[in-house]
Amino acid sequence: MGVVSWSAVADVLAALCLLGGALLAFAAGVGVVRFPDLLARMHSATKPQVLGLVLVLIGLALRLRSGPALWMLVLVAVFQMLTSPVAAHMVGRAGYRTGKVRQELLVVDELTADQDAARRAAGLDADGDPHGAHRS
Amino acid sequence: MTAVVLVCAVLLAAAAILAVVRAERGPSMLDRTVALDVLTTTLVAFVGLEAAWSRRTDTIPVLVALSLVGFVGSVTIARFASREPPGEGRVRTREEIARDEAAREEAVRAAGGLDGTGPADGVDGGRG
Repeated sequence: MGVVSWSAVADVLAALCLLGGALLAFAAGVGVVRFPDLLARMHSATKPQVLGLVLVLIGLALRLRSGPALWMLVLVAVFQMLTSPVAAHMVGRAGYRTGKVRQELLVVDELTADQDAARRAAGLDADGDPHGAHRS
Repeated sequence: MTAVVLVCAVLLAAAAILAVVRAERGPSMLDRTVALDVLTTTLVAFVGLEAAWSRRTDTIPVLVALSLVGFVGSVTIARFASREPPGEGRVRTREEIARDEAAREEAVRAAGGLDGTGPADGVDGGRG
């Protein structure tokens, strides 16, 4: 009796975790389609990349209930947490440098202010040229 | 469990379709990259859901591989896209293509006439 009820509890928890992960993936899909610019789309895209995936993996582990599979799933979560920030950093940097960031939608833009301050400190104008120089 | 798995599958399929919609519509390469990342994550979740439904462990290496290489594509495209000129995502009209072609030929002729070394020098040195 006790064994059966524990496995039932684990199945219910697994079902809840799988539902949560699928809901986060769906929310990411809606956000990716409806949000207005690149950074907002990246924001919604990261929801299933970490939390949604971890929920699905917890659900899968609760359903499988075996040791080796559990370690493989831990490995999946660790790899995803290591690699998705790299991808997000590269995409965000490329988006900023190619002007995909809409300034009017930002609340705070510390990077532009810092870059302007650094250029002023280096004695350069807005294009990165020394003062008085004309770019051909 | 079957009902939950069905609901999850429908949600994941909707997420995948929405991601494909953004990948088709996305104005820039980076929007498409983000959408394809969502598609990859949805794929991982779907494989996990199937493994949870049928209690199989032989598809878990697929999850490991996908979580390892899923970021390679977006990093590559981000490196590539950070060098693209502004206005790259635009499809040129026929008149614009003809005008650019005429300007290029004019530049070739001018370079060949000025230094006498032919069109090979001076024309393609513009992008350093």
